[in-house]
Amino acid sequence: MKPRWLHPLPVVVATVIGFQLATAAAGKSYYLTQMTMAVYYAVVAVGLSLVMGYAGQISLGHGAFFAMGGYISALLTTHDLAAWKTAGWVRWLEGMGVLVVRPNLYEVGDLLTVAPWAAFGAALAVTGGVAVVIGFPSLRLKGLYLAMATLGFGLIVYRIVLGNRLLGAADGITGVPEWSLGFGLSVSGRSGVRVSNYYLAWALALGVVVLLQNIVGSRVGRALRAIHDRETAANAMGVNTARVKLQAFVVSAVLAAAAGSFLTHYNQGIGPSEASALKSVRYVALVAAGGMANLWGTLLVSTALNFLSLRGYFGTYDHAVFGVLLIVIITLAPEGPLRPLGEAMRRAWRSVSGGKEAGRGAA
Amino acid sequence: MSQFLQYLFSGVTVGSVYAVVAIGFNLIYSATGVLNFAQGEFVMLGGMVAISLMPLMPLPLAVMVAVGVVACCGCLLEVALFRRLRSHSVLHLVIITIGVSILIQEAALHLWDEKVRSLPYFTGNEVSSVTVAGASLSPQVFWVLGTVALGVALLQGFTRCTLSGRAMRACSSNPEAAMLVGINIRTMRTLAFGLSAGLGALAGCVISPIAMTHYDMGPELAIKGFAAAILGGLGNPMAAVVGGLLVGLLEAFSVSLVPSALKDVSAFAVLLLVLFLRPHGLLGRPSGTAVREA
Repeated sequence: MKPRWLHPLPVVVATVIGFQLATAAAGKSYYLTQMTMAVYYAVVAVGLSLVMGYAGQISLGHGAFFAMGGYISALLTTHDLAAWKTAGWVRWLEGMGVLVVRPNLYEVGDLLTVAPWAAFGAALAVTGGVAVVIGFPSLRLKGLYLAMATLGFGLIVYRIVLGNRLLGAADGITGVPEWSLGFGLSVSGRSGVRVSNYYLAWALALGVVVLLQNIVGSRVGRALRAIHDRETAANAMGVNTARVKLQAFVVSAVLAAAAGSFLTHYNQGIGPSEASALKSVRYVALVAAGGMANLWGTLLVSTALNFLSLRGYFGTYDHAVFGVLLIVIITLAPEGPLRPLGEAMRRAWRSVSGGKEAGRGAA
Repeated sequence: MSQFLQYLFSGVTVGSVYAVVAIGFNLIYSATGVLNFAQGEFVMLGGMVAISLMPLMPLPLAVMVAVGVVACCGCLLEVALFRRLRSHSVLHLVIITIGVSILIQEAALHLWDEKVRSLPYFTGNEVSSVTVAGASLSPQVFWVLGTVALGVALLQGFTRCTLSGRAMRACSSNPEAAMLVGINIRTMRTLAFGLSAGLGALAGCVISPIAMTHYDMGPELAIKGFAAAILGGLGNPMAAVVGGLLVGLLEAFSVSLVPSALKDVSAFAVLLLVLFLRPHGLLGRPSGTAVREA
């Protein structure tokens, strides 16, 4: 049994604060920037873990969902609507309080754009809708059809963002404004708010993990695990397998879009590489590395690996590292490397602490 | 009319390549229940290996050696990786094929580079053309169609008329029963991987002069091949030919209706529509009673 004091949340919070204090003490607070980005990427992996670890499906479209969230936020918050100022729908939006005016940094005059929160909402809604369209046909069936459908969807999104001038083609969209959340918080890459953004990203990630843990522990979560173990049996027990799988997939896609939207504001831009198939495969690898049905493991492992990747430790073998990781972990430890590691540590602890239980185990 | 024929031939040409990928999917799926995401990589490897062998030997030999090498790679993949993972679920095996696909792509990127390459035209060159009823076609088109037709016919002959071929079909329809009558299932699985890889490599060679070979061409071929496979009906290699040709034709004719940037969307739309309306494929029968745990 796991000792009660080892609940992950306080341990993770302590580690998070410790990392910030350590970087501040060492004068390397720029590490926090990559860490913040790594945490946002980890949110995508944690969401995907719901699909892979609990619903037993593979999505190769999470890079695309992430990019959709980011691109919708970026496009809406940078596209100047001043030319349509007199049009009815712009007036209507303005009346709704959805639009903001901000000074144009490059030319004379003001920009009239959609406010970040509204863009965020639009990003989540559109991504959720798309996820329903893809998920509904492919999740009705038994088998891993979702993997292929999402792979195809990802390739198309990549093609679109790469070829569309409105979306900046190969350059992506830059100059995304900061998103002020009130209380002095704003999602932005300015070095002045680096620390608060670091904690904001972690707060989001921890919130997502706690939320998903509650989902997993609920009726829906039990249904999901039943589907993972044996879909036919779950169906026979009256679980609407198609609906539960679809719910998990849509929640997970929306989380990816949310992470994409936040990271786009943080980086003040987004590029087409976020939508590439390799990015989607990377998220799959991260979930596998975290132990599939292990939300905390996925959060920590993927934050760590993304951080190393963003710091450039993997060099030109960046993608290959994740491919090898995927194969090695699934081959040797399909339940993830953390569980066997934890068990080994527990055994070691027992043998050190007098061997009472170990002796009983051997007898 | 000639315009129509032009589209028709271009559709049939790319469609035949999708058909080969779809057959590859089917072979491995029937034998192991795994959807192999690295299917498109076999096509890429076939082209790449043949191109690298070109300076050393004449073209026909280079193609044959490339097909042999890639087929061996396929067998090796099964022997070294999938055979050892008997206790793993299908989900895990499929995830491994995703990893393999990335690894092959990255290896190809480091071995060759990101330049687009191609084999020389088998007969004639870029500008030579054959006119059929007003449509001018590259002679390579006939090479593609002929080779694919021959490959499919040979495969069909193999599975229908030879002992190993029948054993392979037995394995896919009922592995336990096949084992009981003394068929070595493991050998048959290796054979399925080898055949699937070899066929893919052959398609990769013949299409290379027209469509070029590039290290990341795999996933796109895989998705279109998969669309073809489920359009025909997953588990039925010959229906995959019909599926492949239909996807190819649809893609070719969609160019005349929508901007060519959206050409790839058509295959994806087919995929979703088939999943939505007729998941057992055009020629397949609904699975109904058969329960296959995924």
